[in-house]
Amino acid sequence: MSKLTFARAINAGLRKSLENDPKVVLMGEDIGSLGGVFRVTDGLQKDFGKHRVIDSPLAESGIIGTAVGLAYRGYRPVCEIQFDGFIYPAFDQIVSQVAKMHYRTQGRVKMPITIRVPFGGGIGSPEHHSESPEAYFTHTSGLRVVAVSNPQDAYTMIQQAIASDDPVLYFEPKRRYHDKGDVDESLDLATALPLDRAVVVSPGSDVTLVAYGPLVKTAKDAAMAAADEGISVEVIDLRSLAPVDYPVVEASVRKTGRLVITHEAGQSGGLGAEIAASITERCFNYLESAPVRITGFDVPYPYSKLEMHHLPDLDRILDGVDRALGRRNSLSGLEG
Amino acid sequence: MLTDQAGKGVRHDAPGPEQSAHISLRTGGDLLQLVSPEGERISHPEFDVWVKDVGDEQLCSLYEDMTVIRRIDAEATALQRQGELALWPPLLGQEAAQIGSSRSLRDDDFVFPSYRESGVAYVRGAHLSEIARVWRGNASYGWDPQRINLATPQIIIGSQSLHATGYAMGVQLDGANTAVLAYFGDGATSEGDVNEAMVFAASYQAPVVFFCQNNHWAISEPVRIQSHVQLADRPTGFGIPSMRVDGNDVLAVMAATRVALDRARKGGGPTFIEAVTYRMGPHTTADDPTRYRDPIELEDWAAKDPILRLRKLLEAKGLLTDDVEARVKAKADAVAADLRSSCIGMPDPQPLDVFNHVYSTPNSWIERQKDHYSRYLSSFNQPVEEGAL
Repeated sequence: MSKLTFARAINAGLRKSLENDPKVVLMGEDIGSLGGVFRVTDGLQKDFGKHRVIDSPLAESGIIGTAVGLAYRGYRPVCEIQFDGFIYPAFDQIVSQVAKMHYRTQGRVKMPITIRVPFGGGIGSPEHHSESPEAYFTHTSGLRVVAVSNPQDAYTMIQQAIASDDPVLYFEPKRRYHDKGDVDESLDLATALPLDRAVVVSPGSDVTLVAYGPLVKTAKDAAMAAADEGISVEVIDLRSLAPVDYPVVEASVRKTGRLVITHEAGQSGGLGAEIAASITERCFNYLESAPVRITGFDVPYPYSKLEMHHLPDLDRILDGVDRALGRRNSLSGLEG
Repeated sequence: MLTDQAGKGVRHDAPGPEQSAHISLRTGGDLLQLVSPEGERISHPEFDVWVKDVGDEQLCSLYEDMTVIRRIDAEATALQRQGELALWPPLLGQEAAQIGSSRSLRDDDFVFPSYRESGVAYVRGAHLSEIARVWRGNASYGWDPQRINLATPQIIIGSQSLHATGYAMGVQLDGANTAVLAYFGDGATSEGDVNEAMVFAASYQAPVVFFCQNNHWAISEPVRIQSHVQLADRPTGFGIPSMRVDGNDVLAVMAATRVALDRARKGGGPTFIEAVTYRMGPHTTADDPTRYRDPIELEDWAAKDPILRLRKLLEAKGLLTDDVEARVKAKADAVAADLRSSCIGMPDPQPLDVFNHVYSTPNSWIERQKDHYSRYLSSFNQPVEEGAL
């Protein structure tokens, strides 16, 4: 067991994949001698060579499109998109090619491509550096989408994503890159929790609180604060956003009867909407109150002096917990 | 050496001691031509050597392939009109560009085509039913790409140029001497992906050939809307050498493609070929070119017909005997009959096939929807109980 930052944990996972499989290649902007703008690939080009850790031209569609060709040739490309807001030039290659190639060819051509995306806000950046575009991709059939919340998962799940024969979008919460955590580097991938499973990270009995990526920590903090008021919140770390591990969420909601979902992405058409609808369909009779969404607003990601208003924090989440419990909250007295 | 098995299993080794590196690519606006529209063989000091092995028998074989794919095209168009195919993108007029280039490839080369390269698919060894089934709506792919080293045709314009470049990067990593060829059209040269592909290919000196069939029309838009310069001038800015060839001259197309493939194999990096040809038919069977195209232009190009030109050359050489004509006709008839019967006899996919192969591993969302839809379908077979809601 070693104490690693989030960024070092991903680095260690990438290193292990490069060591274990000669078909793994890394591609991206500034990932070589610089080690990426967040240093996630630090030292990898030095140790594995320029042919396996490839500095790409500044062309996101080109990075993903050439990764498709490499996958055709039998490689397992791991592409870094430098920031969430830079992924859109690659959108067509991801949605029209990466996601659909396996279906198009009825399994003759696999796309074992991992696309790493630092996402989310909270670091005081200018526009295009703090977005949460995950719902575009969870809505796209053929992709697996995961968001990691702690160094151990970061280490394990990057290796699972690379080993997956399906394409995986791997969202990294950039504001947690420097958080440290215990990482068991001897963990066997074969016995590790599969990539598409959610976990209960904080057991409780009154309210189910679903989070992923950067907000898992906030949700756990909120659960601790709620406990001080005698409210027992069960926190679920989704880990996989597509598919969502509904049995874990259902089991929790059947127990608590109340559901709060939180994410940084805007509300309309977001993952919270999908989860609220699916849980309502699956366990309507167990719900004691309407599902509650605590999310970013339906606005473009704001300039950094305002981002703390946009991002769900501990207090807004607790306000949502109060709403789910029918306790006095900021919207008490409002209808609809 | 070229073999003569209707284009199947064609192998070509670089001729003699000549080096593609010695050829001066891209000189002004010259159009490489080895056979004139009148069927006269035009000698060329640099490119002749690249087709010196193409003898009488091979010329007849090229003629056969071009005739057969024109017949495939006509039969498929008829099948669409009869409701047996949902759509068909005709290749009429582009036979020399497709046959000349694809017959220059080795089996181990890998090709990334667009949707119009049915002639290439035929040469690479795709079954006729495999060519038909995408356009019938029975599948989104025809052949197994790994079986004939031919990717599933791309519909998103120019997208495959990046896939070809990435594949070529993989070839480099493997240390193989395989070459990769991407087909696209004049319209695609405006797409970002084609330009990004040229950036990547040049930066990594990837062994890829960009084969652009300039057929002058992107649905209703003439090529002048895509570019103010000749398309063959575009790659120059990326540091990629290019050739501009008469795309209706099968020998010129072969010579240029062989040069480009040879450069790729020998570490010379990417090459761009503009094959100047003409889309004599509509964009697809859903299109009506009379709304945007001057019929005189079509007449001009009909005089430069690629098959007619090769016929004239064969006639001048005394090769177009009754025997050859009969053999080619019989082959085209047989292929057309095969295409028709395999198309009409194709079994429909099953309803639950809609869920297959979205992922390579089990997926809980898909499995649940498949289960629910299966139950829904089964409900039609169950008797309705009295009084049941």
